[in-house]
Parts: sequence; C-alpha cells; structure tokens
Amino acid sequence: MQWQFWIIQTLNSVAFGGLLFLLSSGFSLIFGLMRIPNLAHGAFFMLGAYFGYTLLRLNLHFWLAAIAGGLGVGLLGILMERFILRRLAGNEQGQVLVTLGVAFIIADICLLVWTGDPMPLAAPQALRPPLRVWGFAFPTYRLVVLAIALVAALALYLLMERTRLGAMIRAGVDDMEMARGVGIPVSRLFTTVFLLGATLAGIGGVLGGPILNAYPGLDNDMLPLALIVVILGGAGSLLGAFVGSFIVGFIYNFGIALVPDLAYFVLFLPMVLVLVFLPQGLFGRVQI
Amino acid sequence: MTLRAAVALAVCALALLVLPWIIGNEFYVNMATQVLIYALFALSINMMLGYGGMVSLGHAGYLGIAGYACILAVTAGYDHLTAAIFAVAVSTAAAAFFGLLSLRAPGLGFIMITLALGQIVWGIAYRANDLTGGDNGIRYPARPMPFGFDLRDAPSFYYFTLAVFVVALFCIWRFSRSPFGASLMGARDQPRRMRMLGYNVWLIQWLTFVMAGFWASIAGVLYVYYNLFLSPHAISLQQSAEILLMAILGGASTLTGPIVGAAIITLVKNVISTYVERWNTLLGLIFVVVIMFMPYGLVPGCAQLWRRLRIRGKTPKAASSPAAMRAHGASEDARDRAGDTRPEAGSLARDTASEPAP
Repeated sequence: MQWQFWIIQTLNSVAFGGLLFLLSSGFSLIFGLMRIPNLAHGAFFMLGAYFGYTLLRLNLHFWLAAIAGGLGVGLLGILMERFILRRLAGNEQGQVLVTLGVAFIIADICLLVWTGDPMPLAAPQALRPPLRVWGFAFPTYRLVVLAIALVAALALYLLMERTRLGAMIRAGVDDMEMARGVGIPVSRLFTTVFLLGATLAGIGGVLGGPILNAYPGLDNDMLPLALIVVILGGAGSLLGAFVGSFIVGFIYNFGIALVPDLAYFVLFLPMVLVLVFLPQGLFGRVQI
Repeated sequence: MTLRAAVALAVCALALLVLPWIIGNEFYVNMATQVLIYALFALSINMMLGYGGMVSLGHAGYLGIAGYACILAVTAGYDHLTAAIFAVAVSTAAAAFFGLLSLRAPGLGFIMITLALGQIVWGIAYRANDLTGGDNGIRYPARPMPFGFDLRDAPSFYYFTLAVFVVALFCIWRFSRSPFGASLMGARDQPRRMRMLGYNVWLIQWLTFVMAGFWASIAGVLYVYYNLFLSPHAISLQQSAEILLMAILGGASTLTGPIVGAAIITLVKNVISTYVERWNTLLGLIFVVVIMFMPYGLVPGCAQLWRRLRIRGKTPKAASSPAAMRAHGASEDARDRAGDTRPEAGSLARDTASEPAP
C-alpha cells in the first residue's frame, strides 16, 4: 500500500521534527544568549529519556513523568550553569569544551545506571491504539507528540514576544553589553535560559522515549541533528529552530526510510547549501 | 638552536630509539607505538588549535576517511603504497572541502560545524554496511612490507611509526617557525590588523586546516596499519574529543605539549581500562578539570612553575636582573600564545567575535 507508506512516513517525519524542536529550541536559545553551543544538550535529551523510563517503572503517570523528568534535567542544567560555566565566564571556548566533558560524564553514568541495553518507554495506554480515519491508520502517540511540540512552540513564541522575560532575552541576544547597561540582570537570565533549554530537552527525551527508546548513544545521535537544525535555521531564532527542526525531521526520516545507508549523507546536503549561500542560517539573529 | 635544546633533543631521540630494547615487553612497545600515532593526531589538531585558535571537534573524521579509503583500496586489489597515497589524497581533499564549510563561521560556529561534519562521517561509516561493514567494522589484510622490511612484530612497527612521526614532527616544527606560522598566529590574535596588512586571513586559516587534515590522514593510515581493523567506534565524537584533549592537556601552541598530552592520555586510558570500565567518566572529568584549572596545559604550566621557582631561588634583587626579566617576558609570551581569553583579553575576543563575516 504505497499511500499508507508515504502518509505514515510524513507523519513520522513531523513527529520527529516536533521532538527535534523541543531539543533544538533550547539549544538555539542558549546559543543565542550565551554564545556557546551546549554540547551536553544531546546528553540532556538522553538523560530525560532515562529519567522517563525510571519514573514510568515507578508507575508514575506518563505526563507527570514527562514533566518531572524534564524538571530533573533542568535542575542539572542549572547546576552546570551555576557551578561550571559561571566560573569560566568570558572564556567561551573553555565553556564549550566543558559542556562536552559534562556530556561524556552524563553518558557514562547513564551507561552505569541503566546498562547498555535499550530501555523501551511505554506510550500512555490511551494513545496506543492507532487512530483510524478513512481507512488509514495513524499512530496516535506521534500525533500527540506533534501537537505538544506545536503547543510548546506557541508557548515559547508568546514567552519570547509577549512577556517581559522574553523581551529581556531578546535584548540579551541582540546586544549583551547594552542589555547589561540598561540594567537587565543578564546573569540571572543565563540561568533562566539554561533551565528552560535543559528542561525542554529533558521533556523532549521523555516524549521521544516511546518512539526512539532510551539507549546508549542516543545523545550522539541527537546532538548532531540539533547542530544541523541550528546551522540551518540560524542561531538564536525560535522560528529558525522551528523551521529547521521540521526540515531536518523530514530529511532524516525519509533518508532512513528510503536510503538507509546514506541517511546521514542526505543531512549533509542542506547543511552545505545553507552554509554556502546563507552562512547566518535561514532566520539567524546572531552569527554562528 | 641552543646547545641545551640540542642536547635535550639528542637525549629524546636516543631514548625513543632504544625504547623497545629497554622495555622489551611487546605489550608496552605496542603502547609506545600507540602514543606516537596519537601524538601525530594531537600535533595535527594543534596546528589549528594552538597556532590558529580553531577548535575542531571532527578530527576523527580524517582517521575515518583515510582509514576506510586505505582499507577499501587494498581490498580492491591495489598495493599498499598506492592505497596509502590514495587514502591520504582523498582524506586531504575532504579536509579541503570541510575547511571551506567550517570557515564560513568564525569562532564557535566552527566547533559546531566541525562536530557535525565529523558525526556525518561517523554516521556514514555506521550505516553504509556494504562499504564499511557497519558496526562490525572491516579488517585490513596485513601490514605493508616497505623495501622488504617485515613490520609484523611490535618493535619493527614501532620503528616504522617512529620514522613517519619524526618526519611529521620536523615538518610541523618548520611550519610553526615559518613566516606562514607567524602569519597564522597573527590571524588568530588580530585578524583585522592582519587583513589591513594585506594578508588573506581566510586563506591562511584554510591552508592550515588542509595541512592539519593531511597529517591527521597520515596518522589515520598508521592507525589502520597498527590495528589492522577499523570500525565506527574508532571515529566517534569521543575519539575527536580525546585527540583535542591531548593537545589541550599538554599545552596547545607548544610543540611538545600535544606529545606529552598524547602520552598521558594514552597511558592513562590503557591502564585505567584494565581496571575499571569508567573511562568516559574519567575522560569527562579530565576535560572539566583541565579546562577549569589548567587552561594552558601541562607544558606551559610546568615551564612557568619552573621559571618561578628559579627566580625565587635567587636573591630578591635577582628578580630585576635581565635574565629574570627575560624569563618573565617569556612566560607572558607563553600566556599570550596560549590564547588567553581571561578578562583582560576578553575585549579582544569579543572584538573578533563581533566582526562581520568576510
């Protein structure tokens, strides 16, 4: 059934794009404000998935587990920002390398705690049966993930464009010195944005669990995708992260379905095109 | 070259030459070979990192491209020499292309792009089962026999690696002392001024990127000869990070730093992994500790400490003697070269970061 294949793959792509948005919106915000690519972001996502697995094993309700898992990762993000990155203020190169070191530590501790076997996360009971419309079966859970990602995108948009906090973040992204000069507490802003970014990655990890499973190496699978999203969409831009996520979601998913051997190679192509013709990315606010 | 430096060099050379006789045990000779191979990787990444201020996290990609190209060429029936030349050429060409892309973004975007490129190479190696054997990896049939020398046993392969390493070290030393190396350091510290002086900063950085890729490819071929096997695990992000850490730990922007760093990391890794499984945690911890507390690495750090001790050992008046002044000046110099981005240099870093793209 050819139609079914295309429809399902399309749906999988947008659902995966939604997950990528949860991952890369935080990455992009952190990059935009603090000017550092947080290389621990993939590890945050994986940790979220593992937290979700454990919380579900404790019979916590799925959505509660998603929120709790996300906040747990967010807390870790705050600790990392306050106790490590803060000490290297001004040394951006050092900050990036430290995030990589933290990523290795998180990944190895995950391996220690949750072993090397893939851990499946069960989707909520109510969402397991496929949704049937006009004879086509749709995986309900993926539709819900997509809906959540869209809601999150809207909420983030409102946060950034309509609230005082968002205005301060935008000011910091556009001109850090000036923002400091007019009395915006940039230091507190850093912590807030790091909390937000890490929490989003953690929630993304839990929600992605039923689709991807939690396994060692999930971090290194997701991190390059987030990087490519940000390179495509442009750093510091929410719209860029949104559009970039769905582009990468489509390309990666169809790449795996159609040319599994070259799934990564097809990702390479849009990245090259954007870098050559639009080095700031599609909607970039800051130079990466 | 001063007499003392010449003596030190002669002692090092002699030590490296007689090393297999002293340690005897094949296991340790092999470890010494590994150190040399990784030292070459670290030296090559240091051309970019130390002299050019470019942090690459995709360096294992060249190991992958050169390694797989070498294995595939030999499996296709070419002789070892042709295969090696082919592998290095392909991988250097890839470096030229990757350099074009990575240098589109100055500063931290460079890290992201090199990381993404390195991971794409890894992903292709992992997925392209027909070509690379996927997760299982592929074997290299046997070590070459250059001019009839048998390289199968550990000491003779050690000497083979040492010969390649010495040639590379000499070239990289020449590179760092050449006018080109000086212009590269200028492009790192004051890109605007260099541009005003008529230097093509982009071209200088790109050529360095390609040269670093070339030496990493050579190291990649050696790696395949040594292991006779290549799998995606060898070219993961972790490998790139280890190579980078070697250069930083030993002291980027010095010639000896990356070698010391490679020796320490390789030995620690080999020793630790026989006792505990948690090498990655340790790697991460070393990363964090080195960057937070030892940003200039061991070699400049120890050199500074040594100078300070010598100055303190003399009478207080000696601190103002010409020799002490020179020593102080040299340590300042080392700090500058270590790419200090602490507050006083912060404004400079921002200055370059906010520069519009070329």
